[in-house]
Formats: sequence, structure tokens, C-alpha cells
Amino acid sequence: MPGKLKAKIVAGRHLPVMDRASDLTDAFVEVKFGNTTFKTDVFPKSLNPQWNSEWFKFEVDDEDLQDEPLQITVLDHDTYSANDAIGKVYIDIDPLLSCEAATVISGWLPIYDTIHGIRGEINVLVKVDLFNDLNRFRQSSCGVKFFCTTSIPRCYRVALVHGFVEELVVNEDPEYQWIDRIRTPRASNEARQRLISLMSGELQRKIGLKVLEMGGNAVVGYLQCFDLEGESGLVVRAIGTACTLDKLSPGTDSKEPVFSEDPPHSLSGPPTPLRTLPSSSPPPFSPSKPCSRQSSSSDTDLSLTPRIGKTSPASSPSPPLSAPFLIPTQKLTEFPIFTLTCFPPGFLVHVGGVVSTRSVKLLDRIHNPDEPETRDAWWEEIRQEIKSHAKALGCHAVVGYSESTSICEEVCILSASGTAAMLNPRFMREGCLDTGGSDHRLSRQPHPGMVGSERGEGEVSSTWLGFEDASPPSCGFVHIPYDEFNMPFPAQLTYCYHCRRQKVPDVLFTTIDLPAEAEVTGKGCLIQARLCRTKKKAQGEVNATSISNLLPFMEYELHTQLMNKLKLRSMNALFGLRIQISVGENMLLGLASATGVYLSALPAPGGIQIAGKTPSDLSYDQHISTMQKRIDDTIAKNKELYNIHPPECIEEVVGSPIPDRQRSSRLFRSTSESSDELSELDLSHGKKDAFVLEIDDTDAVEDIQSLLTDAPIPAGFYSCNTEVMPGIHNWTSGLQMFTSVRVYRLSNANLTNQGLNKIFTDLCENLLKSLYFKLRSMIPCCLCHLNFTVAVPEEELIQVRGHTYLSTPLLLWSGENEEQLQFSMELCGESTISNNQPTAKPSAPSVDYGSFADRCSTWLELLRLKAHTIRRGSVKTISSSERCSPLPEGRSRSLRSTRSLPCGAPVTVVKMTPLSFLPGTRIVKYLGIINMFFIRETTSLREEGGVSGFLHSFIAEVFAMVRAHVAALGGNALVSYSMKECVFMENPNKNQAQCLINVSGDAVIFIRESDQEAIPPLLTSRQTSSTGADGTT
Amino acid sequence: MSVELDVFVGNTTIMDEEVYQFWLDGYTVNDAVKVRMEGGVLEECEASAEVLRSDTMDQYRTFQMCERLLHSPAKLANQLLFQIPPHRQAMLIERYYTFDGVFVREVLGKKLSKGTKKDLDDVSAKTGVTLKSCRRQFDNFKRVFKVVEELKGPLVENIRQHFLLSDKLARDYAAIVFFANNRFETGKKKLHYLTFQDFAFCAGQLIIVHCNHSRVLMRPALIGKEFLQDLKELKILITDKDLLDQHKSLVCTALRGKTKAFNEMEANFKNLSRGLVNIAAKLTNTKDVRDFFIDLVEKFIEPCRSDKWTAGDMRLYLTHYTNSAHILDTFKHQVVWDRYMGVIKSCILKMYHD
Repeated sequence: MPGKLKAKIVAGRHLPVMDRASDLTDAFVEVKFGNTTFKTDVFPKSLNPQWNSEWFKFEVDDEDLQDEPLQITVLDHDTYSANDAIGKVYIDIDPLLSCEAATVISGWLPIYDTIHGIRGEINVLVKVDLFNDLNRFRQSSCGVKFFCTTSIPRCYRVALVHGFVEELVVNEDPEYQWIDRIRTPRASNEARQRLISLMSGELQRKIGLKVLEMGGNAVVGYLQCFDLEGESGLVVRAIGTACTLDKLSPGTDSKEPVFSEDPPHSLSGPPTPLRTLPSSSPPPFSPSKPCSRQSSSSDTDLSLTPRIGKTSPASSPSPPLSAPFLIPTQKLTEFPIFTLTCFPPGFLVHVGGVVSTRSVKLLDRIHNPDEPETRDAWWEEIRQEIKSHAKALGCHAVVGYSESTSICEEVCILSASGTAAMLNPRFMREGCLDTGGSDHRLSRQPHPGMVGSERGEGEVSSTWLGFEDASPPSCGFVHIPYDEFNMPFPAQLTYCYHCRRQKVPDVLFTTIDLPAEAEVTGKGCLIQARLCRTKKKAQGEVNATSISNLLPFMEYELHTQLMNKLKLRSMNALFGLRIQISVGENMLLGLASATGVYLSALPAPGGIQIAGKTPSDLSYDQHISTMQKRIDDTIAKNKELYNIHPPECIEEVVGSPIPDRQRSSRLFRSTSESSDELSELDLSHGKKDAFVLEIDDTDAVEDIQSLLTDAPIPAGFYSCNTEVMPGIHNWTSGLQMFTSVRVYRLSNANLTNQGLNKIFTDLCENLLKSLYFKLRSMIPCCLCHLNFTVAVPEEELIQVRGHTYLSTPLLLWSGENEEQLQFSMELCGESTISNNQPTAKPSAPSVDYGSFADRCSTWLELLRLKAHTIRRGSVKTISSSERCSPLPEGRSRSLRSTRSLPCGAPVTVVKMTPLSFLPGTRIVKYLGIINMFFIRETTSLREEGGVSGFLHSFIAEVFAMVRAHVAALGGNALVSYSMKECVFMENPNKNQAQCLINVSGDAVIFIRESDQEAIPPLLTSRQTSSTGADGTT
Repeated sequence: MSVELDVFVGNTTIMDEEVYQFWLDGYTVNDAVKVRMEGGVLEECEASAEVLRSDTMDQYRTFQMCERLLHSPAKLANQLLFQIPPHRQAMLIERYYTFDGVFVREVLGKKLSKGTKKDLDDVSAKTGVTLKSCRRQFDNFKRVFKVVEELKGPLVENIRQHFLLSDKLARDYAAIVFFANNRFETGKKKLHYLTFQDFAFCAGQLIIVHCNHSRVLMRPALIGKEFLQDLKELKILITDKDLLDQHKSLVCTALRGKTKAFNEMEANFKNLSRGLVNIAAKLTNTKDVRDFFIDLVEKFIEPCRSDKWTAGDMRLYLTHYTNSAHILDTFKHQVVWDRYMGVIKSCILKMYHD
């Protein structure tokens, strides 16, 4: 069924000079979609051309609409020779295909060239008329919403969670095709950009199809990755969680105070009314239909693997859940995995611990791109393994799931990790089949006391939890899901410090965010374990084997480091754990980051004791005792720093069935080699006492060194890698997102493991120190979602051996920024201090502070908002007189972003954040996913300021393009931003460098909570925009 | 181990004002790091020299990338590459166009040409302003000059709108442009005691009062075509013996007993009056315009100074000197006289110091 895509080229500005003689440009534009191309007239001799073209109309299949980007090329007309390309703009029209997202793309977009970077801007208008297709066998999936956010998006509530969706598309990499030898770098880069854009469109469409079949209408936690496998091809893969989301109408949510409260609470998807009563609809979850495999791609068909389907939960009956509420195994086997990291209260019943799997594979050429079975089989294998690990932990689901790869030459490490958990099946219950109408109707029904109100929530969850132990929800999730007498690994259990009824482990590692209901003592902090291991340079099978032999040891050591650092900060749980292992030619790098917290429900951690093996020596003893003292001091200092003063409790250690007190671990992993051999590893330390470090072995020395070399965070700074900082509630709305990339060259080829470790640790520490220094003017501030990535790029071009690159892109977010917030910061200085203390009182004072800070926002901000309102207001009049006005469109956005004054209007400020929300603001609309891929190449590296200059400007350009696209969709922020790929290659001898960047996020409109009056104009503008659309069609 | 690449990019571009100033002042990264270290930032934040260096490099790169935009400040507001809050943009622009008083004093009135630019290293050595900074300032002058040269309308307003500068800075630039255009001589030894602000004030007087009526805004209106003849007519004040005597007696009557320097004033009146009126007449010749300030100093200010006039004496004298001309019944050029003397008076008063 066709849709009609319409595009209009309005104007250009700041174009580069293409004709040296006149210092001007004769620009025209080609608009291409699929195989159809339109051209504008040439606008002679201007750097700010006004084309004001007609509407170019493309009649296309909606399938193509999803796959293809709209391609706009700006060229310089040349009478005698070929026209020179100035640059291109790719526009992903996917956001226009969902009725709830954006309705038009309009605004100034940077014209991008892969060799020259941004070269001016172009003002375009793009619209889509879509005729909805109800054909069951259709190939398109328009209307399915995609969110990068790994929680239920604000302004939606979840009706049902359907489960895991995945898809994978492969193709040959144009960079490695024979034709690349004869075409220009520009052509090759553009072919690549276009291909990846096509592939991600296709991928999204196919995932959408799966979601529709499952009866869902959205994908949350959509994670798309590229594997640049070099010679063997290009893989684009994506995972996500299919959901049915109901939109909260803007009217209700603006009046609903609950919704606008403290961010962590607002993600509560209120329960689906009626259906939630357990008695009304007893057990059977009718299994949703198996996924279709009409598409030529990769359906991992899990239902074809009955051996797992039939396996009952590993260690006999999982006790706490009464039988009817177990999610039927059949459904589970299909989708036991969730990419979400943040859940509505009551969703998580218990958390088992981290499950992770790594597998080393040898890449071979993908022979038939239409049958990407190998890659699919690999991932399927990994997911199965993850699932079985979860089962071993007595859990029926995996949450906070993510997948990643690290590729070096032909070796590839596939990794997956998640958190084993028991979920509340309420959100996954039957009902996914009777889609659309009825469901919609039900959720629209006003339900007194239920819709988002705290009270209703509590009611429901207590009815729910009443079936098990009526354990208070604030500690329920830490209770062990596995059987006490049949534990999958040795652990030390105690009764929960909160409810005193259920057993809890002594430490808990998870990949999810801290649940909103969790009670935390003190503040959290970023904990990192870093590790570097050399390996021999090798080829093929040998290389793969040596890597897979190293992996278990690396994981073990990372785990030990994490555990020690956790103890050193006297904390007992890790959230947001992310372990990244990257492979290079002659080394492996491991970096684990997590946010440590002290969960009040878990027992207090013991100290760290150092033991020497030869106690006879006096000086040796002294050495040990000084070390011990230093450690004890550090622990005491950290307790003070993170405000951890747990109420003294009577230690009642429940006799663990395992006789020895052993180091417990929640980390479960295995390594499977290409030979499919599966090896599991026991992480327990054998028969040693829990936290004794033996100083004799070199590893321990190393550990202690790394423990003590962790530089303290400067005063006023907090950092974590989760969305919100545990224990801090006083957010201001100022935020700043950064990306920092560093590449180091190792000068010494023959380094020992210890030497490398030291260097690696120093690098990470230095990077953090740099950040603290740069942001010193913003304190007190918190670096949230601090995300480190390491890579050891391949080195074919660089002669010196042993050069290692470590690039560390990281995103961070800080609590405050900019001058305009200085004011509120000063005012809040006192309250910050007072807020830092309330260990005893739980998180009550949080809301006050936020609103206080908001009220204090300076005149500047107010002024800006005023101006905004006025501008929006004026839209109305213009759009009503639209027909007679020479202006082509009466849209608010096009007005805002210039139009009649080609160079006058200010640029919309677009905020970017890796978080899923903006503190102090409310997201009123999701406009669609932004997923962009850019390549930049230069052949004049030195002239562009060397590698740093080159990358600096490229990242700035990428940010600019992302902001421009968000603004063109009508948004003012990008949430859940992430830079998934940042591949940098250089050849200084040839003066060349190339860089690839992939960024993604959700474009949104937010408003500040303090000014509700901003809503009406917004709504009217939305209305007028729709009438405007009607008028011009 | 060495850092090969080190980049830090924020969504909102953050800039350290202190580092910006170092950059503007033409410090190298190393020098800037040194100064910052001495400034004590390190102790504040427990950072290492390495951190400081990396930060400085980052900032320098950012400024370099911004520099292109700063050349046409209007672009800074609607470019997409850097997200900079408006008040920061204003700061960036204002600081970029701020110049050193010592430097501008050296090039004031010189032709903004390549030749002058080549001599900047001498200027740099003489003033202690780094060559890099000298070049930036010189290029700024040149850029502003080029833009306003082609524009119609009031000079100061044009500069302010095109370069988004503050009123004060726009006025200073107007003065610089004005001096460059008319090539006023400012480098003579006798003029060394005058600061840039003295000249800027005079330029302001010359521009404001007269240019409102003039089409050719970059030239002092005293040279405006309709004015040329009128100024020549003033000569009658010194060529007509009767008029000169009459004028003198009027002034002396008014001044008598009011100042200690009366005797000197009386003795010098004819010389001084000749000097002032000759300057007016000389202005009609475009080539002689550039000697305006040197004439003013030689013919008027220096004689008065050697007679130890106070600033009050000067004011008194000039007031009566101007007003008395109105009483002369044969003198018909009152309007031109007022206008001319208004400017000259305020210029002299500003320039009359040590």
C-alpha cells in the first residue's frame, strides 16, 4: 500500500564558496528517494540561496518508507564541467510514520560532506501521507514506536510487556568491495553511510513486524549495533523489548501531580485496570504466535528448541511464587529476556544476580547476505546460555540485557550480559492477542484511584504480593529467588535487614538501574575494575583459542577487583554493571564499571583483611600491618565520604548450607569457544576466609595496589554510571553532556601484565581527573551515566609494533551547568549540605529541593521561555492567513527556525542526555528515534589540527547534526543518547584519518515543570500544525 | 606511553574565560599552562600538570574552531556547530574584539594595509603585546574597516549591528576606522603624551556632531562639501585687522580679573586665534587633514602650556573666545563658527593635559 512522501526545499545558508572567481556558488538541490530524483532550479551566485521549490512528491510503498532515507544532495552548477557536490543530508522519515510521533520535519539541517564536514545548512520541509495498511501479510510495520530508552517512556504507560525481539541484517561492507579500489573515498564513504542507513531502516521494519505479530505497538530499550567485520562483511543487529504502550493523554498527565513528581517515581506504568485482579483471569497465558519467518532474515526460532522449552526451572520449584503466577514456560522460552533496566514498581519480584556469557568466534565471509544464519546461530546460542544461567539462579527471566562485540581482525568476541530476575507476570499477562480496540478502551476507562496514583499502586501490588509473602516492596527484589538449600553457587545468606523474613545474599551484582523503591543508605559511587592482559600475536584458530583461554581469568580478576573495591567503600551492591572486554592484536583489555551502593536490606560488608604467608619475618609483618591500616583508614574515610552509617544490627548469620564461608559471587559466566565447548567457572576462592587478601601472590599485591591507587573523587563531585545517583535527590535542571575520546600510544613493546595494568588504570584515572577538573566550575555536580568504552584498534597501517590504542569515549552528565544556573546553585548550597546528611530519614526532602531550585531559575531562562511562548502564539495567526501569505507553510517550527529571516532567528537549544529523563522537566511528547551514522575522512590531517583537531571537529559536527534533526522534528531534547560506535583510524604518514560514529537516542519535547502555562500554546501550535498540513495537501 | 589523541566535546560548548584570555593574548599552550599552574588552579582541584595541559589544549582547539565564526559575529548566533548560550556568545565576541590600548596607539591613523601588518613585529617588540595578539587586533581593525566602508548610515550603529559589540567598543572601533580612513598623524613625538582614549574622544566629537549631516560618513564633516567654503570664510577673523582687534578686546574684557594667566592670554591672543582659524582653513585641504592633531598641539596647546594655563583657564578662554565672536557685527558666519568651535573646544579640553 503506498504512501506519499512530500519534500520541499526552502533555502540554504552559509554555503561554501564553490567558484573561486566570483567567491560565490550556483547551488541547486537533488532530492532522491528510492530511484526517483527531483531537482530544484539553480539559484545563481549566492551563498544563501532561496529555492522555495514546489512540493516534490514521491509515491512509494510504506515498506520503502521505512527502509530508505530521503537523500538530499546540494550541488554547485557548473556549465562546462561536472557539477560539484557540496554535501548531503540524509533524513530518516521513520518518525513521520507513527501518528503519535512527529508530523513534519522542518528546519535547518547541516549539509554534510564526508571529506569536508559540515558545509552550510539547508532548510527543508518533509511530510508523509500514509494510507494505513491492514493487510495481514504486509511487509511494513509503520506505526510501531521505537524507544532507545530502557525504561517505560514517560507519558506512556505499559499495558503489556510482550518480551524480547531481535533481528539481524548482514551485507557486504562497501569499503571492502572491489569497486572501492577505483572510486573516490567520498563515493565509498557515501555508499557506506547509505547502506547502513538502509540496513537500519530494514532492521527496524522487521523488528516492527515481529512486534505487530506479538500484538505490541512499541519497542522499548531498542539497542542497535553495528559490527564492522571488515572483509567478512557488515552486520547490523538490534534487540529490544516489545510492549503495548498506552499514551497518557496530555490533559490528564498535566493535572496528575503524581506524574510530575520525582523522576524515578514517574516511570511507574500504572497497572492495567480490571485485568490485574489475579482471580479474574487465572493462569493461562496464551502463548503468542511464533514469529513469522517470511522475511529473508534471521529468525532465531527458539520454539524449535524443545529441550529447553520443556526443562522445568532448574533447581526444582522456585518457592516464593505460587504456581498460577508462574509465567508459562512456553512463553518464557520464547522471550525470557528484557532489555529494560528500569521498571515500574512491582515489576521486579526478585533479582538473582548478573548472568553473562562470552563467546569467541572466527569470522568468515558472509556468503549469502540473505541468509545470515551463522551470525544468528551465534547469538541464539548465547541467549540460550544466558537463559540457562538465569535458570540456574532460579530465575525465569533476564532483565537489563545487552549484547556487544569486540572484533580484531578475524577474531570476534560476542558478549551478552543481564540480570537474572523473577518478574511479576501481571505485566506480561494474556491479552496480547485481543489487540487494539478493546485494550485501548479498557485503559481509557477512568479508574478512580488507579491511574498513576500512589495509593492505587500500593493496593494493587499488595494484593499481588499478598500471594507470596507480603514482603514490603522496598526490599522484595533483593530476596533470593533461588532455593536456599540448593544454591547455584556458594553464598552467605542472612535474613533481610528490612523485613527480617526472607533470605538475602551478602552482596548483589546487577546490570539494571537501582529500582525506585529500593532503600539505600548513604550515597552511591562509581566503581571501576580495570585489567589488561597480554597475549601472543597469532592467527586464526590459535588466536581464538588463546583468547578464550584468557577470558575466564580476566573475568575472575575483574570480579575480584570489583568485589574488593566494593568492600573498600563498605557497600554491598552493584547496579548498572557493565563489563567490557576488548580484544587487540596482542592484548586484551577488560573494563568493568558499576555503581556501588549500600542497600539497607543487605547485611553490612565486612572489612578487608590482609594476610601474609610468612608471618615469621618482622619487617614483613610490619609491612602488612601498615597496609592493613591504610586499608582500614580508607574504609573509614569512604564511610564518611559516602555517608554510610547503617543502623547497628544484630548480626544473625543464617547457617549457610555450604559449610565453609566462602566468597560469594553473583557473577555467572561461561566461555564457549568456536568449538562450542562450554566451560563454566566457579568464582569462589576455595576455602579462604571471605575477604582475606593474601599478599604473597602477585595478584594480591596488584589488587591492593589498584585498591589504594584509586584517587579519591574531589569534593563536590559524585559519579555513577546509572541513570540516577543513589542517595542524591536534589537535582537541578541544568545538565551538560560530554564526550571525551583519548587514544594512547604505548611506547614500550615489552610490557608485563602488571606494567600494562598500571598504565591502563592510570589512563582511566587520568581521564576521570580531567573530567573533574574541567567541570570544577559546576560543583556540586554529579556525573551520571558515566559510560566508558575501551578499544584496541587494529594496526595494519602503523609500523611500530606494540602500539596500543585505547580510546575511551564517554558520556557524562552533570548536575548543573552554565552561568544561568549558578544562581540556583548558590542558593541551594545550603540545602545540598543538609540534604547530604539524611541517612536516617529516607528520601523525603527530595521534591522540595527540586521545585525550589526550579523556582530560582534566573530571568534569563524565564525570558527565553516567554519568547518561546510568544513565538508559538504568533504561529496561529500566520497559519490562519496561510493561503494568502507567500510563506509556504504556517508551521510553528519552520517559523521558529528562520524562514523569512534567513539569518536572523536564533537556533533552538537542544539538550542531549544519556539519561531517559531531564530532571526538573516533563517530557510531553516522544517524536521518534534518532539513529545516525556518519563517516568522516580527511586527507589533510595536519592541516586540520592533527588527530585531535580532526576528531574534535567531527564530534562537534555530529552533535550539531543530531541537534538539528531533533529540532527539525520539533523537539528540544534528545534523551537516552548514546554514542555506540566511535571507530577511529589514522595513517599519519599519508596525512589521512577516518572516523565512524554512530549515535542514537529519542527525540522529545520537554517542558519545565515550573511553567505549566507553556502547555496551552504548545497544544494550539500542534493543532494549527495539523490544520496547516491539511491546507497544503 | 604518550597521548596520541585527547578530545573533549560538550553538547553545550564550555569555555574557560581565563584560558580564552590567554588564547587571545597569544600565549602558546605551554605558556598558558605555566601561567595557570602559577595561578594555583592545581591546588584547588588536585589536578596534575598533564590534566591542565589537556584541558588547555582542548580549549585552544575550541577557540580556534570558533575563530572563523567570530570573524562575522552574526553567524555565531545562528550557526549550528557550537551550542553556546547567548550571554557566552556575547562574551566571546566582546573579548575577541577588545584590543590593547598600547597596541592601538601604535597603529592609530596608519593605513590598514599589508605593509603595516608586516611591521607588526616591531610594534609587538615595542609594546610587549605578542605578535599573535597584534595580528588578531590588526585584522579586527581591518575587518571592521572593510565592512563599514561599504555601508551607509551612522558609523557607530553600523559597527554595533554588524559585529554585535557593546556601545563602548563600537565607539572605539568607529574612532579607529575614522583615524585609519583619514590617516591622522598620531605618531609624532609631540603627540606621544596623548592616549588612545583622548583620540577616541576627539574622533567621537568629530564624527557625532558633524556626520549627522554628512553623506560621507567616514570623513570628518568639517570637510563636507557644503562646509568647505564656509570654513574658509572664517579666515576673516584673522585677516581683517579690525575684526581681530575687536575680537581680542571683547575676550580680554570678559577675562580680565578672572584668571592668573590673563597677561599671557592677552599677549598671545592673536597668535592663538590665528592658529585656530588656520587649522579650520587647512581642513579644506584633504592632505592637510592628517596634521589636524599635530597642528592643534603645536599652534595652540603647547603655547598655552608653556604659559602655564590651567585646565580651568583653558575652558574659560575658549568659552569667551567662542562667544565673543557672536558680538562681532561684521562677522556673518556664526553657525559655522559655533559648530567648528564646539568640536575644537572639546577636543582641546580633552587633549590639554600632561
